[in-house]
Amino acid sequence: MISNTPRSRSMTSAADNTFKNIIIGLASVVLVAIFLYGFVLISGGFPAIAREGIGFVFGLEWNPGTEKFQALPFILGSFFTGFGALVIAVPLSVASALFIVEYAPKWIAVPVGYMIEMLAAIPSVVYGLWGIFALIPAVRSFQVWIVGATGIEWSPSGIGLMSAILVLAVMVIPYICAIARDVIQLVPNDQREAAYALGATKWEVIRYGILPYARAGILGGVILGLGRAIGETLAVTMVIGNASEIAKNLFSSTATMSSLIASQFGEAGGTQLSALIALGFLLLAFSVIVNLVARIVITKLTPVGTRL
Amino acid sequence: MTSLQNEAIPQTKALVRTVSSARQFQNNFMAGLVTLGTGIVLIPLFLIVGQVVFNGISAMNLDFFVQTERQMSALTGGGGVLNAIVGTILMVGIALVLGLLVGIGTGIFLAEFAEHPLVPLIRVMSDVLTGIPAIVVGLVVYGLLVATKLTGYSGIAGGVALGLIMIPIIVRATEEVLKLIPTNIREAGLALGLPRWKVTLSIVLPAASSGIITGAILGISRVSGEAAPLLFTSLGNPDLVWNILQPMGAMPLSVYNLAFKALTPAQNAQAWAGALVLMLFILATNIAARRLTRQKS
Repeated sequence: MISNTPRSRSMTSAADNTFKNIIIGLASVVLVAIFLYGFVLISGGFPAIAREGIGFVFGLEWNPGTEKFQALPFILGSFFTGFGALVIAVPLSVASALFIVEYAPKWIAVPVGYMIEMLAAIPSVVYGLWGIFALIPAVRSFQVWIVGATGIEWSPSGIGLMSAILVLAVMVIPYICAIARDVIQLVPNDQREAAYALGATKWEVIRYGILPYARAGILGGVILGLGRAIGETLAVTMVIGNASEIAKNLFSSTATMSSLIASQFGEAGGTQLSALIALGFLLLAFSVIVNLVARIVITKLTPVGTRL
Repeated sequence: MTSLQNEAIPQTKALVRTVSSARQFQNNFMAGLVTLGTGIVLIPLFLIVGQVVFNGISAMNLDFFVQTERQMSALTGGGGVLNAIVGTILMVGIALVLGLLVGIGTGIFLAEFAEHPLVPLIRVMSDVLTGIPAIVVGLVVYGLLVATKLTGYSGIAGGVALGLIMIPIIVRATEEVLKLIPTNIREAGLALGLPRWKVTLSIVLPAASSGIITGAILGISRVSGEAAPLLFTSLGNPDLVWNILQPMGAMPLSVYNLAFKALTPAQNAQAWAGALVLMLFILATNIAARRLTRQKS
């Protein structure tokens, strides 16, 4: 019995070590994946970047016919659509988060919260489908109305930047709302009670007691929402028109980095394929940066929790 | 908080009356604005769900589920999406194997080996993976498996792409639920002389199973609607195939093609029907995940 103990202990630790190594091996897949992503995209995109040099990021001409691949119009397209969507989505997301946490009674707040979560579950292609057959005609009638009212020269199509911004706004609202909701829920009740005790109205409690406290978390959510919007592909591809040029106005056809990849990949070969993969690397780099910045914003700017 | 406010009302009546009408107005105005904003957020949901159900049902029939896209006619419709349904099931299955294996492994690492120096880095990297656009994952798998001719355009390449998207979802679900398992359960196992691996695999993991299953269902729900990563990996296929080494169709790819690439009203009507099938599947998975979470708590 006694002589058995050391042996069984050593067997146990051997098995434990094997287990630990397997687990570490599986976990390092996550670590390796990120570097592998970067490596695959850089090596695939290298021919195009080597050929265009710095012009790949700052040049305006994208023309497969003349083998010119400069991506600035699409980088700008991604930022226009992303920030445009945020302008619409942020106030609406914060409003609905406040409604769910602060205003609505539980029997309304729970189903409303569930419905907003459902928006996040709708696939991108379904948003695109709805965009093509419902949103584009609506935007087109708005354009026709403008033409009728002002008499300017314009051929309304409905397809373009505005439709992409609207679809993206609907798509990022549930993400920003979910984060805003969590953050507002985490504001200590002391904040609310203190403000009420000073005679504040409900809005003043929110304005001076809750929003300043939740600001960093909401900002983090907005940054993550921007990342979502810029990475979103098919819904945008289906409504933006995919023209290889900078948008001339809010309604003109343009493309984003992701929509260009999706729309041109099928016919691409050689340098064009490499240029599309290089665009993929820009998207990867951007999404990694956005994620890290959002985390830093949330951890650095959130006030240290008061006594609950 | 509200009870405190209510109790305070009788004593502070005089004070309440001193709230100026401008502040009162502002308070009511903002309450109205917040409610209005919430209403605006819900409008697209009702419009999308309503249109998908209305247009989808009218284009749906039995053939839609038992025939393939090869049998579709651009002018008259007909045919179905059996090829895409089978493709989605196969590729999500592959994704699930990859996602569960790596996801649960990483989740165990983050929760059970919390003192390991790599834990913070891997947790951040898993979060970063969540934020990487699906189309980027598609390009990477294209570069790894398709362009290198390792698998070519195939169901397995599509499944790997979906699996990579699923991993961080399952990592997070596993880590969170493992952390909820009380330490004394682990201590009880260790006190009985069980080795650590056995405690983790046969005591902690089963106790966490419903949370992990919920995570897996949410992962399935998320990736089954993804078309972007499949464009360059599984490519799509109008014929029914079971061989995962061949190009393969998928529901979201069919919806994309029927809505965006197709030109006739008959095809567009079928896109709505496909969207309805996708939405019903995703709704069902979401409700299942919700049920499980509720049972647990």
